[in-house]
Amino acid sequence: MTETRYDVRLHVNGTVHDVQVPARRLLSDALRHDVGLTGTHVGCEHGVCGACTVLMDGRPVRSCLVLAVSAVDAEITTVEGLADADGSLGPVQQAFKECHGLQCGFCTPGFLTTITAGLEENPSPTPEEAREMVAGNLCRCTGYQNIVASVLRAAELRGGDA
Amino acid sequence: MTTRMLGEKVQRVEDDRLLRGQGRYVDDLAQGALEVAVLRSPHAHARIVEIDVDPVLDVDGVVAVWTYDDLTGPMAEPLPLLIPHPALTHGRTQHALAKDEVNHVGEAIAFVVAEDRYVAEDAVSRIRVTYEPLPAVVGVEAARSAEHLVHEDVPGNVAARLEQATGDADAAIAAAPHRLSLDLEVERSASTPLEGRGTVARWDPDAGRLTVWSSTQTSTGVRAAVATKLGLDLGQVDVITPDVGGGFGVKIVHPWPEEVLVPMAAMALGRPVKFTEDRREHFVSSAHERGQLQHVDVGFDDEGRLLGMSVQLWHDHGAYIPYGLIVPIITSTQALGPYKPEAYKVVFESLYTNTVIVTPYRGAGRPQGVFLMERTMDAIAAYLGRDRAEVRAANFIQPDEFPYDQRMTFQDGRPLVYDSGDYPQLLDKLKALVGWDDFESVRQEARREGRRVGIGLACYVEGTGVGPYEGAHINVETTGKVKVAIGLTSQGQGHRTAFAQIVADELGVPFEDVEVTSGDTRRMGYAVGTFASRAAVMSGSAVALAARQVKAKALRIAADALEAAEEDLEIVDGHVQVRGAPASRLALGTVAVLSNPLRYAFDEASKLATQFTVGNPDKPPVEEDDEPGLEGRDFYSPERSTFAAGMHAVVVETDPDTAEVKILRYAVVHDCGTLVNPMIVEGQIHGGVAQGVGGALYERMAYDESGQLLNASFMDFLMPYVTEVPERIEVDHLETPSPLNPLGIKGAGEAGVIPSAALFASAIEDAEGIPIRRMPISPSELYDLRRKAAENAGSVENAGSVESARSEPVETKESR
Repeated sequence: MTETRYDVRLHVNGTVHDVQVPARRLLSDALRHDVGLTGTHVGCEHGVCGACTVLMDGRPVRSCLVLAVSAVDAEITTVEGLADADGSLGPVQQAFKECHGLQCGFCTPGFLTTITAGLEENPSPTPEEAREMVAGNLCRCTGYQNIVASVLRAAELRGGDA
Repeated sequence: MTTRMLGEKVQRVEDDRLLRGQGRYVDDLAQGALEVAVLRSPHAHARIVEIDVDPVLDVDGVVAVWTYDDLTGPMAEPLPLLIPHPALTHGRTQHALAKDEVNHVGEAIAFVVAEDRYVAEDAVSRIRVTYEPLPAVVGVEAARSAEHLVHEDVPGNVAARLEQATGDADAAIAAAPHRLSLDLEVERSASTPLEGRGTVARWDPDAGRLTVWSSTQTSTGVRAAVATKLGLDLGQVDVITPDVGGGFGVKIVHPWPEEVLVPMAAMALGRPVKFTEDRREHFVSSAHERGQLQHVDVGFDDEGRLLGMSVQLWHDHGAYIPYGLIVPIITSTQALGPYKPEAYKVVFESLYTNTVIVTPYRGAGRPQGVFLMERTMDAIAAYLGRDRAEVRAANFIQPDEFPYDQRMTFQDGRPLVYDSGDYPQLLDKLKALVGWDDFESVRQEARREGRRVGIGLACYVEGTGVGPYEGAHINVETTGKVKVAIGLTSQGQGHRTAFAQIVADELGVPFEDVEVTSGDTRRMGYAVGTFASRAAVMSGSAVALAARQVKAKALRIAADALEAAEEDLEIVDGHVQVRGAPASRLALGTVAVLSNPLRYAFDEASKLATQFTVGNPDKPPVEEDDEPGLEGRDFYSPERSTFAAGMHAVVVETDPDTAEVKILRYAVVHDCGTLVNPMIVEGQIHGGVAQGVGGALYERMAYDESGQLLNASFMDFLMPYVTEVPERIEVDHLETPSPLNPLGIKGAGEAGVIPSAALFASAIEDAEGIPIRRMPISPSELYDLRRKAAENAGSVENAGSVESARSEPVETKESR
């Protein structure tokens, strides 16, 4: 029994990747193992932890709950696409560094993408809104306090009221 | 002078890579490797009658299948019993693949290697196993009753019974003016790092070398296990620990079956092989912890001083016991906390059940020990009508009593002797931080608003930095860059930053020039691992000692070159100079060149060290007791552990209708000796507190009576999100340096989680006026306790029993 593979064109971080995948291949696996962008991490494979969060057309999605074949028409942003154009850390990344918002770093890419989208929607969150913004992602190391601080710092770095 | 780095909140050098998605975790490696799926037992206890793997061979993309019958030599023997103990009379460990019998849901039975994980899972689903189910032993009560046995040849399901005592506790209790008894219970939880286990192996037939990457807390341990199981010399096996997505204890145990099966398959197939555990597998095949039943008898005086205390523990260690008795020994000994009972006796039984194995999870038995002691303290305070903090203070070891010998044997086989501390000051700081003495007004205020609040506190002492040793190797490159290798691993603790801070200070080099590598047996083959809050103490000390060696050598070589006396030299900003005369200085990189006499110049700088340029023709180029290179290697091996301490307080509000528990304030005072990087230490505390909140209020392993784990997913095992943890943790530090190591460091990694179960029990009991004897506690359990308390209200015939030892009568509670 040989599995049918499909030609899929993925647009990831502004680059086109043509891959051949079975219909059942998860977007998370396609990004990690077919495209080779391993910054997107898989923590639970059932959509609860949020580590695999990527942006599809700017909106955060759990890439472990998306089939790669269904992502063809989307513009996908992964953690690898969050740095500034000049190569320096983007505001959310920079804020995490300044605020010690990460320890082991495994859940971090999912937080970074989630917050990137969150700040697009709400550039000047209150502390309560900052907590709300990350309330769907699990972290086992940091206790979240510094992640919330990172959200607020990232808003500052982005020039929140813009 | 270079700015001192020790004690500074230095930003982490790890972060840049991790934030860009350029971390290298084990599943990121060896793209294109063959992938593994494991057939795991669906039964908690069953005999394996037959395994039919034939249908698997039709699956396109399957490369190989192993069952127990395919294992040979040491691979067919049980996995090692890592920590033997004389009391462990019935130690049993599992086979890499189940032999004849399975003893928990999730136990590995067959190992499939295929072109990718999807295909491997397809194949696993086609393996047909015929089982003969056996009765499952689930929970401590079932294990104790021994109606059924986990292992036929282990009577009573008891692996070990261990008693320790100082003084005659029973006589002291009998003679005491007041006595209480408590029955307590702590349920199972688990480390649950966001990254599960994973292993990659590559066999190089040309070099005859095996390289293994594993998401482990001990690369040297995995190396030794793999070499032994596969019949290789240690020197043929390299184990590299890449970035690790959290450990918290579960990745200490080794070898996990897959850690030896993957290298075995890589050698057999001649291709790289990868195993990446999924979340459900992690729940049912990686270790849990915590589950214990406890009984306490205590006798005390009018001040609440412990005259005699007798503790019985029943510890559920699961189906096998590879990690020995470490967890219950720690519970037994660390229950003592900052206190000094006049007589103490503790006996535990470590019991087999048909559930996942139990090995240390952050805190490693201490949360249970602190629970039993702090519940006892609160019960005494309630009985005597005294302030809970006051009763604790009456029992403290005093600052002038250190070193304090608890006259017990600790988990490392060494005497339980506390090295330093100041418990009264910690308590004073905690009371001030949380406003302990003013809390009654807070309570009254809340009551007026129709709200129910309570405050709790819990104290702990934590033996940290257990031996036997750790080492460090430091090498100064001719560029002046300083390369540091430590043997233990990192799982997010910021070792590359913290140890670089130590080296920068000790050696007098810029922080940016120091690069630390951890957990790579090619760079440091002698190491133990990262657990037991030991990395900063052990490797931090080793790094300091090795840096001092390098410094001494640099000064010796530079003294020759600068024609100065060694004692007049100093190293500042990466240059050796005559003290106060920076004009004539020598870069450390140049000293490195001079340290290595050369025949051949390979670049401009190295010309300085060639044979017609340097050296006394009457002496050997390398002196008899010397070695080439500006390097140092040293090991730190303390005679015993160093003891950190801390106290937490929490203010909670309990919902009068839903019984939900809300955290209003959380305060921590903490003493881990010298702080290397306060930012990292506070991060450890935050994370520990969050795990503690999970363990106290949300997380448990919900086994049914047949041994099925009902909540084996993140949907159902309730790990805290940001919405469940305190918004702010108020932290105050005390630094009483350890006299046992060169920098005065004590460990900090586990501290945050240790007092949580005790702490929340204390606060909820205070809010509700109902004794809390079992943790974690869910809203529905609290609701049930309220209902039972209301039913019992008015019936006082049980006076004198534990149930009467509540802080306030139920009637009062209800009137709030």
